[in-house]
Amino acid sequence: MKHSYLTALILIAVILVIGVGSQLLGIRLYDRIATNLLISLVLVVGLQTFMGNSGLLSFAHIGFMGLGAYTSAVLTIPAQMKGMALPDLYEFMKIVEVSPLLAMLAAGVLAAAVAAVVAYPLMRLSDAASVITSFALLVVLYTVMNNWSAFTNGPRTLFGLPKTTDMPIAAIVAGIVVIVALLFKESRTGKLLRASREDEVAAAALGANIPHLRWRAFILAAFIAGIGGALWGHFITSFAPKAFYLKETFLIITMLVIGGANTVTGAVAGTVLITVAYEGLRSTEGALNATSFGAGQVIGLTEIVLALAMIAVMILKPGGLFPNREIGHILTRARRKKEPAP
Amino acid sequence: MAFAIQFTIDVLSLGGAYALMALGLVIVYGILRLVNFAYGELIMVAGYTMFLASGSGLPWIIMALLAVVMAIVFGILTDYVAFRPVRAKSVTAVLITSFAFSNLLQNAALLFISPRPRNVPLPEIFSQTVTIGGAITPVRNLITIAASIVLLAAVAFLMRKTTLGIAMRAAATNFTMARMLGVPANLIISSAFALSGFLAGVVGILWIGRIGTVVPGVGLEPLLVAFIATVIGGMRSLPGAVVGGFLLALIDTTLNYTLSQDLLKFRDAFTFSLVILILLWRPQGLIKGPASGQRT
Repeated sequence: MKHSYLTALILIAVILVIGVGSQLLGIRLYDRIATNLLISLVLVVGLQTFMGNSGLLSFAHIGFMGLGAYTSAVLTIPAQMKGMALPDLYEFMKIVEVSPLLAMLAAGVLAAAVAAVVAYPLMRLSDAASVITSFALLVVLYTVMNNWSAFTNGPRTLFGLPKTTDMPIAAIVAGIVVIVALLFKESRTGKLLRASREDEVAAAALGANIPHLRWRAFILAAFIAGIGGALWGHFITSFAPKAFYLKETFLIITMLVIGGANTVTGAVAGTVLITVAYEGLRSTEGALNATSFGAGQVIGLTEIVLALAMIAVMILKPGGLFPNREIGHILTRARRKKEPAP
Repeated sequence: MAFAIQFTIDVLSLGGAYALMALGLVIVYGILRLVNFAYGELIMVAGYTMFLASGSGLPWIIMALLAVVMAIVFGILTDYVAFRPVRAKSVTAVLITSFAFSNLLQNAALLFISPRPRNVPLPEIFSQTVTIGGAITPVRNLITIAASIVLLAAVAFLMRKTTLGIAMRAAATNFTMARMLGVPANLIISSAFALSGFLAGVVGILWIGRIGTVVPGVGLEPLLVAFIATVIGGMRSLPGAVVGGFLLALIDTTLNYTLSQDLLKFRDAFTFSLVILILLWRPQGLIKGPASGQRT
């Protein structure tokens, strides 16, 4: 158990270093990148609680993030702006205006509630069928967001969210989420779930109610995704449903998988690594576009490089950078090896 | 009466296309138990080949053949890039590599061709209409029906009567046993990918013939359709995929005719919810495949 505390400590230190470091440098762009990174961290660690422990790939995560972002938007956009931002909103909702913190919680709760209802039947499925249905779920959520104009302003951009997310808030939420993920991993549910990941038949034979365990993890993941979505919404302040679709799904899955889906450490490491790589590639792309010696715009280069990196990591290290052990565990083991037990 | 004919032709032509899409996905899934997320991009490849060839002045049929050949080449390429290196390691790894490969192809199209829709050359006949029993139907729907009947028959023949087909079915039933009996594993898997690419190529031409243009994301809808059809029909069974395709077309067309304009926007949500319900009732899909063997 000791190494879990060490892991939590190290991961929170990483978050602190990112936060404080970006402030010390004093460049606005870095502040933005750091905040973005921390929000991604919330999402990726949230995905890890389900994917890492159950071993099932889930595509629907970003859909729940969208749900959270829109919930928080509807609850927090100032009443006088609602007429413009959401002209078709139902009358009784027009006067609602709550504090962003409350709205964030509501976003998480709503996402979790929706997940609880829709996911219950899906958790019986394994392997390809579960992947496909989670993909279907993403499409359903996207379709609903794209068309339920009353709440989401349809495919158009929704604007007017108060900008309440800044770096410290993102860092605090990210820290809490990391701790929750580690606690969940070591909880009874998490342990049984990980047993089912390794061997479904054996775990079931030992009495693990696998669909129920997966269901709990999925609800937790959706809750975190909802919170992450609200956090992101109040950071970016205007967005459209297409922000919650395949491109973002690809990005967070890349982060989780390159880092190592089975460990929280992997989720954190992957997020940091990919964010840095992504921003680097983006600016290269921007520079290429600015010089404009080629024909037309350079787009998609970033994604191509990330996709190649992902394939390479999968071939060389299928478990990601941290396939099994958390950082704390690795360190305690290394120390134990150095000085043999007394 | 005219309505009944219209409805039947709509269902059959849509269902034929859906069935072919689903079949292409299941042929690979049946053997490897692995989903190919890059399947939709094979359709995109076929579309862009048509676009790139359109300036060459070749007869249309040659361009179409070229498109199908390119889809086959990329199908085999999928195997070599995304599947073969990680096949033995873990299921999740392969799902992710194929997802990454799909992203790679899409973004390559974005980068090297254009994010904007590109026109695809189509023969005159694709835009004509005929009247059957009072119902006005585009000829391309009839072409789709004819093509799907011919192809389904051809695939059925291939799978039942030829050595390759029998070996593929054996591999789908019990891969290890098939290998012990001398079925060359890599060859069979590559052939499955080639066949999958072939079907994707043909479907690509028919599908893009409906839309008239090709964009980098054109493969998404066929991929989703194939997913859903296979889940409905049974992930492991070839007839299941065909049944699933036609059933999905029936559901889609019925919803098209019955839902009001406001609700029609949510059609995808309805369809996918229905899939979830079907899975609740029969997690195996409607038609059960061969007894499961070990994944390789």
